[in-house]
Amino acid sequence: MKMVIAIIKPFKLDEVREALSQIGVQGITVTEVKGFGRQKGHTELYRGAEYVVDFLPKLKIEAAIADELVDAAIDAIEDAARTGKIGDGKIFVLSLEQSIRIRTGETGDAAL
Amino acid sequence: MTKKLLSMGLGAGLLAACASVLAQDGGAAAAPAAAAAVEVVPTLSAGDTAWMLTSTMLVILMVIPGLALFYGGLVRSKNMLSVLAQVFVIFSLITVLWAIYGFTLAFGGEGKFFGGFDKLFLMGIAPDTLSSALKTIPEYVFVAFQSTFAAITVALIVGAFAERIKFAAVIVFSVLWFTFSYIPMAHMVWGGGLLAEDGALDFAGGTVVHINAAVAGLVGAYMLGKRIGFGKEALPPHSLTLTMVGASLLWVGWFGFNAGSAGAANGIAGLAFINTIVATGAAALSWIAAEALHRGKASMLGAASGAVAGLVCITPAAGLVGPMGSIVMGLIAGPLCLWGVSGLKRMLKVDDVCDVFGVHGVGGILGAILTGVFCAKGLGGIEPEGFNMGHQVWVQVKSVLLTIAWSGVVSLVSYKIAALTVGLRVSEESERQGLDITSHGEVAYTR
Repeated sequence: MKMVIAIIKPFKLDEVREALSQIGVQGITVTEVKGFGRQKGHTELYRGAEYVVDFLPKLKIEAAIADELVDAAIDAIEDAARTGKIGDGKIFVLSLEQSIRIRTGETGDAAL
Repeated sequence: MTKKLLSMGLGAGLLAACASVLAQDGGAAAAPAAAAAVEVVPTLSAGDTAWMLTSTMLVILMVIPGLALFYGGLVRSKNMLSVLAQVFVIFSLITVLWAIYGFTLAFGGEGKFFGGFDKLFLMGIAPDTLSSALKTIPEYVFVAFQSTFAAITVALIVGAFAERIKFAAVIVFSVLWFTFSYIPMAHMVWGGGLLAEDGALDFAGGTVVHINAAVAGLVGAYMLGKRIGFGKEALPPHSLTLTMVGASLLWVGWFGFNAGSAGAANGIAGLAFINTIVATGAAALSWIAAEALHRGKASMLGAASGAVAGLVCITPAAGLVGPMGSIVMGLIAGPLCLWGVSGLKRMLKVDDVCDVFGVHGVGGILGAILTGVFCAKGLGGIEPEGFNMGHQVWVQVKSVLLTIAWSGVVSLVSYKIAALTVGLRVSEESERQGLDITSHGEVAYTR
């Protein structure tokens, strides 16, 4: 099992969710985050005070995925979230030790 | 190209307004001269009373929630409740003190700086007692109307020392400053004291309210010191939405402040009313035009701030100048107060959180001085008897200087007493956590 973490542009959420659904990934967790890489921030101006804001709003999607689906999931996320412009985001893959469904107690792949 | 168009527009607007001011007819000085021959016994006017009651309520709305939200939106969310609490409690406190001893010391008796104690605890006033100052309304109504002015003046100050002052210090300072700065200033200008004798013109409180409070705010901002992170961290407003709501309530309420200062439901109230519309609009426009010229964008905060600057500027002049003069005053107030909150603020090296001095101080000083100019009959105003512009402007300047000096000294001493008794500033840890949770045990917004 793997935990796939993707940082994407917020407006891409629906497309990514659709794409993952189509390859068989049924559940994801989404968090609102801020971050920056190479994309430039913006300047805010309040009366005489000017602030440069580096952080941009992004979404973090986390999905626990069975090994057989990981490659397909990565492709799906990449294609759905890509705009071609700086700031599209990144995908990380972590090894997942255990997964449990709280309602039934199922573990492993059955819990995904 | 847009910049050039904007500056031309601004310049043309100013020129056109000036031309129209010169073209306008002024009024005769205070028209009740017709009453000279016959001694008229004052009687209650239902119309005047209804208007003054309404004006009083409008000014209350200016403070709660107008000013509270205007300032509240400008601070960080962890300090929102502290600002709301300070304004709300100051309103409650000062109006009560006004009834007990403020009214009598400001409006009872004929001293140079203070009145007398003859109306302490409002004794001797009955529901049907008519006001000696405004002869057609009940005394209680006049007391109530004036109480709101006292309250809003003190409440204005909190914007300067927000986000780091101890709540107890706010209370101690407010009582002292109200007693030794607001009351004598009100007496000197409106209660028949020194400045009134001198012929200073202040229709609704440019000196008594705005310059008075602004100086107290500036002194406080210096004595409290800068907020942690000022100049390094971003300390942006947490809700310009609420600031706009507050500014709008201030504008609408200000009709009670200015037009209510006519003391009656009459033509002067009408004049003050129209001036409060056009001066404000002009200032909002000229502020954002200047913003767009200098930084490329017109902002919501700019429009709201410009409006408040215009309102402050027209306050001393509301029932004394003509509408075209008001427009010119507003057009000047916008960019000047924009400088007040940016260039001047940097020069002064002060952390005046809500720009109390930049808007109320600069706007108030400008308005006080320009009142002496635009009240001229030739410029569409209502000039007093024996008017001479040069002399009047000098009288205005003197009243401004006296206000600054008086308020400055009283503020300094009051803050010092607060510092020695309860301490002025919260601890560093409390300031970092936020005043809402550390001073008041509450959180404004649950996650």
